[in-house]
Amino acid sequence: MATKQIIHGIYSDEVPLLEACSKLRASGIRIKDVFTPFPVHGIDPIVGVPRTRIAICAFIYGITGLSLATLMMWYMMIHDWPNDIGGKPNWEYYTNIPAFIPISFEATVFCAAHGMSLTYLLRCWLVPGAKAKNPDPRTTDDKFMIYLELSDEQSKKADEILRSTGAEEVNYKGTITIEPKY
Amino acid sequence: MHAESQIREPLILGNKTYRNITDDIIAPIEGKANRLWYVLFTISVLAFMWGIGCLSYTIGVGIGAWGSNNGVDWAWDITNFVWWIGIGHAGTLISAVLLLFRQKWRMAINRSAEAMTIFAVLCAAIFVTLHTGRPWLDYMLFPLPNQFGSLWPNFNSPLLWDVFAVSTYATVSIVFWYIGLIPDFAMIRDRVVKPRMKKAYALLSFGWGGSVRHWSRFEEVSLVLAGLSTPLVFSVHSIVSFDFATSIVPGWHTTIFPPYFVSGAVFSGFAMVLTLMIIIRKVYKLEAYITIKHIEYMNIVIIVTGSIVGVAYLTELFVAWYSGVEWEQYAFLNRATGPMWWSYAAMMTCNVISPQLFWFKKLRTSIPFTFVLSIVVNIGMWFERFVIIVPTLCRTYLPSTWNSYSPTFIDVGIFVGTIGMFFTLFLLYSRTFPVIAQAELKSILKASGEEHKKLAANAHH
Repeated sequence: MATKQIIHGIYSDEVPLLEACSKLRASGIRIKDVFTPFPVHGIDPIVGVPRTRIAICAFIYGITGLSLATLMMWYMMIHDWPNDIGGKPNWEYYTNIPAFIPISFEATVFCAAHGMSLTYLLRCWLVPGAKAKNPDPRTTDDKFMIYLELSDEQSKKADEILRSTGAEEVNYKGTITIEPKY
Repeated sequence: MHAESQIREPLILGNKTYRNITDDIIAPIEGKANRLWYVLFTISVLAFMWGIGCLSYTIGVGIGAWGSNNGVDWAWDITNFVWWIGIGHAGTLISAVLLLFRQKWRMAINRSAEAMTIFAVLCAAIFVTLHTGRPWLDYMLFPLPNQFGSLWPNFNSPLLWDVFAVSTYATVSIVFWYIGLIPDFAMIRDRVVKPRMKKAYALLSFGWGGSVRHWSRFEEVSLVLAGLSTPLVFSVHSIVSFDFATSIVPGWHTTIFPPYFVSGAVFSGFAMVLTLMIIIRKVYKLEAYITIKHIEYMNIVIIVTGSIVGVAYLTELFVAWYSGVEWEQYAFLNRATGPMWWSYAAMMTCNVISPQLFWFKKLRTSIPFTFVLSIVVNIGMWFERFVIIVPTLCRTYLPSTWNSYSPTFIDVGIFVGTIGMFFTLFLLYSRTFPVIAQAELKSILKASGEEHKKLAANAHH
């Protein structure tokens, strides 16, 4: 069993925040999370956040949408009930492809956009009624927070770094106990 | 943090801090509405009620209540539909296309422009659902299994493409808008003190916290949605134009329709954004964020798209003459000199001549002039759709089917009703939603804020 200290380092500007993050990481301290009022560009590699793969999901959803639309139009127009509309018969799919392009495109976009948005909301657990994820409400206004969970000796080192980089506040928010994994 | 060229004019005026931005955006939500808001709201609701009355009457007695007749079977309904859908296009263009081009001035206006898009598409939806005549059977537009001998909708028809295009466009726009709203709702949730408001915004903010991982995904999702919405916005109005262009009616059967409709849509949409933004910046004191420069940028878009529309009108005339097809030639002659010449004249004046006035810097940076011209452009764009539909259908191939057209009280009522609905929704939105994407705006404060730019300039000397 390990007991860890919860530390909130509060900044009022993103420049010292980035400096603190790189110093913490350089001294081997893991940054649990950072809360900012707006997307700070270039922060991901400094904090150690890998690039999100959500665009790949969008591509897969898009391909799914395209396939479903193709299957639907093939089934309805060619297979189930072929019609001769204005001298343009629906005998096989490929001769009618030009007329099917708009809906194939719309279905691709529909599935890619909605699939990706749902994945995003669920992956971040942004759902109606979810509890606010920022520990300090000021971080949606004008404050930036480094959130740390550290052992006692690391806490001392982190405290020094936070204060030396110009943290406005360093708040100790109690401890949590982490069960070791077997 | 990237520095921006000193030549670029600041996008945020005055010495603003992050806190100031929060305060300025939340002010209309926490504060009380002034008298002007109540006056506008009352007028809008009354117009909306009139519209609901005329709408109910139409559903009750059928579309015989409209001025549309045998021959002129599309009239104000489709004119209004295309007009509203066109207005909607500016919102997506601002939030998606300008995002891809990294145009930072979009950040002050994208939220409201997207809201405008959604409300405009709702207005357009009223006309398409109603013009079918029996709106309770509109579910037959969707490919649902049914009891009529498993007959499916016709996927070769542009009218069905339109169903798919408009519904995809509407839902994707709503999702794009809402994903951007989540962080701003969280800001309001953390700021307001009234318990009921706090609860409402907590529900709307979906528990957003601003974690670095969430921001990373947020930016990726915004970028990919912008990439998906960009071809979507072009496809929607292209498909709307196919409704006409794939028919064999002279004056409609032209390949120029898709680009001409899309640029016309952007043209009218930007005009509507200008009308709304000029009111909003004044009423909610947002002059520091929606600056004269923003208005000038939008006016430049108006010149470009207005000129494309003008060229398209002239190309249509040239092609009609050059094609040597008499019916085609007559269609345009009839539009310009026939019994409805006044609508053609209104279209030409409002859409081709008036935007050219924006070549004068003095005029495109003048707020009263821009406000008036933005309304003129929207009147012109309404007439464009009217000219395409009504005079054309009054004079088709067979002289014995030639007909005239005049709208009824009900036609006017539904149209005015949708304008009322649009402004009712927009006025409600402007008092409950963050009208500017404040999180995005904070991210450009240091690069594009007036005071920060001055500091950066001094640092180099």
